[in-house]
Amino acid sequence: MSLLSNTSALLGKELRTEFRSRELLTTTVVFILMVIVLFSFTFDPSSAESRRFGPGLLWLAFLFAASLMLQPCFLREQTNDTLSALRLSVEDPFAIFLAKLIANTLFLLLTEFLLLPIFSVLYNVPVLPVLGWLIFVLFLGSLGVSIAGTALSAISAQARVRELLLPLLLLLLLTPVLVASTEVTKALLDPSPYVEWKGIGFLAVFDLVFLTALWLFGEYLLEE
Amino acid sequence: MTPPASPSTGIRFENIDKRYGGLYALRQVSLEISAGECVALAGRNGSGKTTLLRIAARLVRPSAGSLTFPSTHQSGEPGRLQSGFVAHATMVYDELTAEENLTLFARLQGTTEVQTRVDTLLRDVGLSDRRSSLVRTFSRGMRQRVAIARALLQEPSVLLLDEPATGLDPHGAAWLAGTLRRLCDAGCTILMSVHGESEISSLATRGIRLDSGRVVADTKAGASLQSILTFADA
Repeated sequence: MSLLSNTSALLGKELRTEFRSRELLTTTVVFILMVIVLFSFTFDPSSAESRRFGPGLLWLAFLFAASLMLQPCFLREQTNDTLSALRLSVEDPFAIFLAKLIANTLFLLLTEFLLLPIFSVLYNVPVLPVLGWLIFVLFLGSLGVSIAGTALSAISAQARVRELLLPLLLLLLLTPVLVASTEVTKALLDPSPYVEWKGIGFLAVFDLVFLTALWLFGEYLLEE
Repeated sequence: MTPPASPSTGIRFENIDKRYGGLYALRQVSLEISAGECVALAGRNGSGKTTLLRIAARLVRPSAGSLTFPSTHQSGEPGRLQSGFVAHATMVYDELTAEENLTLFARLQGTTEVQTRVDTLLRDVGLSDRRSSLVRTFSRGMRQRVAIARALLQEPSVLLLDEPATGLDPHGAAWLAGTLRRLCDAGCTILMSVHGESEISSLATRGIRLDSGRVVADTKAGASLQSILTFADA
């Protein structure tokens, strides 16, 4: 019960501070928009090429944007040593992670939903017929990125080379998620769309394994 | 200010070492602080005061030794929630208002009657009229008042204060001294780091001086206590 109530209080704090500053959302939306538009203008891909390369580009853009978004996740808790205040206040430190990863997933999904129509128009790839499945894949992929990213953000926030460490670790650890998400998205955007169950299964297992690991070992990541 | 809700609790440090790499922040520190005692920690910068306080708050794990909380009741070691901690940093969110900060921490700590407690503390620290202002618009002294209010949310049985008068004007320091006096009278155990003689350090009934991570003096009230507090900054 205390885990749920603490998580909900902390999630409220995460959303309130972000919607007040709009720091993370603005940065990520602008970044992904720039990547999608620049790639489209530079290569002017045909519809067939878009279906082939578009999903990879899209997920790569999401991943880079996530590394921007996740960097300040724990870093800004250091400004006034608020992380110590949180550690002193919550019974279960997993609540801190849970609130942050839910907030990060929501921010990432919001960014993706804003940019999906632009991708569809610029790359001439219709997404409406498979929108339901696409949202499901975006959710699974974004959740995986957020779970691993939130844990790595906690680790890197205490490191000396934190600005470099998080993107490096994130890209390394999330390569399987990137590949699986791209494959599933590519199958959905195919002229004859189909569901790539193997990829969906992999994403679900990845999310579950990393969430369990975070629940078991998260407390140690917060220690000074 | 209401008396502590939790039973009186002391603090026992036994042979505590804390190393950061090859550097010792604390060496073989053994101290017994009785329940209800008000202890001033003095020492030059880098002498280990903050580290000792953070170990007592259980934010930092000692490299060696043990920390226990002998209680006057049978409930044993208090949870982190029963100890209030005021650090160098304010430990509150700049992007939240004073009221939102206190409400957040009150909810996290499972405080009953959150709104009443937050209202009382905001009134006590003199910030009722600025309750809806973002903390980032506050002066250092006002932020310190919010920090102190946060530490008092759970009516702690152990209060750990790291230079608590930082940023407070004479009026604020007098208010803090009055608050700490009431908490002492109510049986709250207080361990605070201080610099020199002040209204707040005069509350201490015992002074401990640290030097290079070691306890070099430990004395009860009187002339020797004042000499410990002043010598540290000489």
